[in-house]
Amino acid sequence: MDFEPVIGLEVHAQMLTDTKIFCNCSTQFGGEPNTRTCPVCLGMPGVLPVANRRVVEFVLKTALATGCTIQKYNQFARKNYFYPDLPKGYQISQFELPIATAGYLDLELEGAVKKRIGITRIHMEEDAGKLMHEINGIAGDSSFVDLNRTGVPLMEIVSEPDIRSPREAVEYLKTMRSIVQYLEVCDGNMEQGSFRCDANISLRPKGREKFGTKVELKNMNSFRHVEKAIEFEIERQRDMLEDGIEIMQETRLWDEKREETFSMRSKEEAHDYRYFPDPDLVPLVIDEDWIAAVRAGLPELPRQRRQRFIDEYGIPGYDADVLTVTKQVADYFEAAVKLHNQPKAVSNWIMGDIMRSLADSRDIASFAVTPVHLAGMIALIDKGTISGKIAKKVFEQMAETGKMPESIVHEQGLVQVSDSGELEKAVQAVLDANPQMVEDFRSGKDKVFGFLMGQVMKSTKGKGNPQLLNDILRKQLAG
Amino acid sequence: MKITIKDVAHVAALARLQFKEDELEAMTAQLNGILDSFDKLQTVDTTGVEPSTHAVDVSNAFRDDRVRPSLTPEAALANAPEAEEGCFKVPRIIEV
Repeated sequence: MDFEPVIGLEVHAQMLTDTKIFCNCSTQFGGEPNTRTCPVCLGMPGVLPVANRRVVEFVLKTALATGCTIQKYNQFARKNYFYPDLPKGYQISQFELPIATAGYLDLELEGAVKKRIGITRIHMEEDAGKLMHEINGIAGDSSFVDLNRTGVPLMEIVSEPDIRSPREAVEYLKTMRSIVQYLEVCDGNMEQGSFRCDANISLRPKGREKFGTKVELKNMNSFRHVEKAIEFEIERQRDMLEDGIEIMQETRLWDEKREETFSMRSKEEAHDYRYFPDPDLVPLVIDEDWIAAVRAGLPELPRQRRQRFIDEYGIPGYDADVLTVTKQVADYFEAAVKLHNQPKAVSNWIMGDIMRSLADSRDIASFAVTPVHLAGMIALIDKGTISGKIAKKVFEQMAETGKMPESIVHEQGLVQVSDSGELEKAVQAVLDANPQMVEDFRSGKDKVFGFLMGQVMKSTKGKGNPQLLNDILRKQLAG
Repeated sequence: MKITIKDVAHVAALARLQFKEDELEAMTAQLNGILDSFDKLQTVDTTGVEPSTHAVDVSNAFRDDRVRPSLTPEAALANAPEAEEGCFKVPRIIEV
């Protein structure tokens, strides 16, 4: 039988506020355990939480950027459960009246296919603390609780079950992450857990309306893992259904080392959260003026910027895609182009050598080669001071030392030789050393030209102006 | 009877409370009594009255996003039954 996967995603995005959602403790990542807590986030009796205005603004931004309807009347709800990372015994979240509903995200899939994925809701909630099961590398009969993260603001973004493949799931997440990064409401770091994703997956026979039993997948901390975990889960469920085994509704975790999902022993009654409105927090009323003000302050979003790059800089759609995935890269590109107006050359260097140098870190903002370095280097190529080949060498050294291209070129005498007299001599020397090749060329073997050109470049230590050398070589070979 | 002794045992378990059988019975009777009182409230005609979740009519109490000093870890841990290496120490939680 042909089965169709039905996938819905829940994203938890940690918001980039300075303070926690209901108190003035810092949200900074890391730090010594329990150094960023106060009576409110410790859940002491009798304290009163007060909502952080910026949290509401951040969620409003995200909601408006994803076409959501804003809920005018909001309230916070208590989600009750006991776990040591949650000192109050409940998490403050939103339940019946989330701040935003009914939005969407348009995906651009391969072959320019567009697909709209619905967003069910976005709501605000507080993060829980961190649990450690060993201390100084030793696991005993205790666990250890650090409450620095308790109360850090999260927004939960729930998609409709509109996603049909692992590829679409990753595309959705990339698009969403790009948006929250552009809005500067979340840093989007999956490894550090500031952008987390859970997936609900079920299979149904193709053509059937009714959904199958769903499994919730957790513990995927990169796009690659999300894709692999969903792939694995689809296969697992398909095998079971084909063998006539019923799918059990459960939560499964992704094991990245073994590349498989495994069942998280579900605690009985774990889902009886007994939500009720939090009496400590007054309702939140969002009026049209507030919405209009946030809308007016929305920055240019990835898709708009992509289009502008194509229109304004005349670069291909593919380049615009790559350059606008993150705001940092797009900003870098624009800064370099502003200094030296050669958009395609700048784009090529970013997509090639720079992306390669950054590798996994992806942190272009703190890369040694700044837009000033890159623009300066491309200008040197365009002026004919250095060749493209030498530029690669200059680039490597800029990446290593952070020195400006001009000083690298001068310190190491990398200036391109464009003096024809000197180049002619070099060419002649190569021709004299390879009489057989010259003979071959003249009798019609064009292929040896490349070899001779290589020899000439080598003899000038790569510094000869390639265009000039090419011309001289042709002329001298023609006799 | 609106709720049974089984319901009470369930809620007690969720709240991590332990009761003896006779306590559960007494509690069941009391809770049913409370629910009866709510039944009386339910008879009031509330047609046209907006449901409310708060006793006072206040909305939008906010705080500015400005960091203020936190407690020292010593103060944060002062009431912890057990602490180690700056952390609250709890019985081992078996995950997964």
